Amino acid sequence: MTLVLTSALAQGLLWSILAIGIYISYRILNISDLTSESSFTLGAAVTAAALIRNVPPFLAICLSVLAGCCAGYITGFLHTKMRIPSLLAGILTMTGLYSVNLRVMGKANIPLNQVTTILTNLSGLLGFRKDRDAAIILGVIVILIVIVFLVWFLNTEFGFMIVATGINDRMVTANGVNSDRIKTAGLMLANALIALSGSLVSQYNAFADVQMGIGAIVIGLASVIIGEVFLREKSFIIRLFGVVAGSIIYRMIVAFAINSSLVNANDMKLFTAILVALAIYLTDFTRKRGTKRAESK
Amino acid sequence: MLKVSNVSKAFNAGTPNEKVVFEDLSLHIRPHDFVTVIGGNGSGKSTLLNLIAGTYAVDKGKVELNGRDITHLKEYERAGFIGRVFQDPLMGTCSDLTIQENLSIAKRKGAKRTLRRGLTESERKEYAKLLEPLGLGLEDRLTAKVGLLSGGQRQALTLLMATLVKPELLLLDEHTAALDPKTARKVLELTQQRVEENQLTTLMITHNMRDALAFGNRLIMMSEGKIILDISGEEKKKATVKDLLDLFEKSNGEINDQMFLS
Repeated sequence: MTLVLTSALAQGLLWSILAIGIYISYRILNISDLTSESSFTLGAAVTAAALIRNVPPFLAICLSVLAGCCAGYITGFLHTKMRIPSLLAGILTMTGLYSVNLRVMGKANIPLNQVTTILTNLSGLLGFRKDRDAAIILGVIVILIVIVFLVWFLNTEFGFMIVATGINDRMVTANGVNSDRIKTAGLMLANALIALSGSLVSQYNAFADVQMGIGAIVIGLASVIIGEVFLREKSFIIRLFGVVAGSIIYRMIVAFAINSSLVNANDMKLFTAILVALAIYLTDFTRKRGTKRAESK
Repeated sequence: MLKVSNVSKAFNAGTPNEKVVFEDLSLHIRPHDFVTVIGGNGSGKSTLLNLIAGTYAVDKGKVELNGRDITHLKEYERAGFIGRVFQDPLMGTCSDLTIQENLSIAKRKGAKRTLRRGLTESERKEYAKLLEPLGLGLEDRLTAKVGLLSGGQRQALTLLMATLVKPELLLLDEHTAALDPKTARKVLELTQQRVEENQLTTLMITHNMRDALAFGNRLIMMSEGKIILDISGEEKKKATVKDLLDLFEKSNGEINDQMFLS
């Protein structure tokens, strides 16, 4: 059982970066950004393609983050310049990126168990025998860096505009700022984090697969909602840690459900979707978003 | 100062639903004018404000401010030097940010948003001092989220934000219409005070004829996209609500309850 739990902890930590990305697009920008599904895979694909060509793992991760930025930029461009509704803009990017991901990888699946990853690097450095231990350490370090960065960034002049745009973009315009640019920047940030998550998850799982992002947005949302059950009206930094906790709890639930044969592994996505639908219905989530929308009208 | 020259605007042009709002409308506002604008629904007064603010583009004509042609500037670009308060008290502020954060956004109007801190310690003191004369107790609630404030408090805050960086032109779009009479009065007094203190050039739309007469040095009445009355100075001082109503009826304007009751 401890093995199951530590494995769930490692997965939860690495996937929580995805959840933080979803938090930014869904909660802060108030956009349901379906780009997430493909930018997660894109992060994995770029990392895998780089690693099998012996690119140093750290550089491979940086390339993935950059690729995620580009994915977010494309959705932002479709939405703000071409005036396509955000939901559809995300779907278009997601669909297009499926082909791009296949091109990047050259095939549908790349195994990474024979190449040097950031985890084998870290294991070697710290003398761990298991990649799982390295994944936990790495997850904690990356999450701390991401949270410190976000808390700093969202308290800058530019960061204030991102927060304000998600709530009331007319107020942003009235204060002399181009809210289209802010939305695009926010989408780039969210998808950069999601691609980072995809990169790390693929290195931990030791493969990249073109299908691995399917359901990512719902998994991210589940983490955000679980985290908010406990920590709703708290400060931003606490809420971010709540999202991380939510991601870990979600992985624990999944591990428990599959291990105890309560849920068939194949039914996991259905289980998650129902969980998220119920959670959104049961929390005051819908009401809160309703008032937000009325305000920004 | 503000020069609107030969402006035309139609919505849904070329469709059966075409609605021509303005044809060849011109308006010239001198520096430090405080112009009140009245008119019935559909008279074009809100559209005029939106054309000046850049929310809509003009079909034909020119908009100039202080000698600069702003016809083709985007709304956010014009917002750098045009202050605006909307009718909806929720529109001008951001509910999830605190009072001081909202003010800090307005403080940086017209400047590039950088990666410097969004709110500095010295600003907090400045904002507390700024809010104190309002008498709303907001100076002690700088860290409260704006979503917790009443409509009147939010509108007063919006007014402060719109004038925090001195705008070349202040646009008020029925900014007291959604408030109860007592709060509306207070916000209007604050408006008067901000305009006088900063010598602002102001364009205020109102539904309330008495307010239109009581405030400002010039009054414009609009009907069907045309300016049917333009009085200022002594002439405006002598005008009564009855004069305005008579004129209004003559122009086939539709008088709504709000005007009668005021």
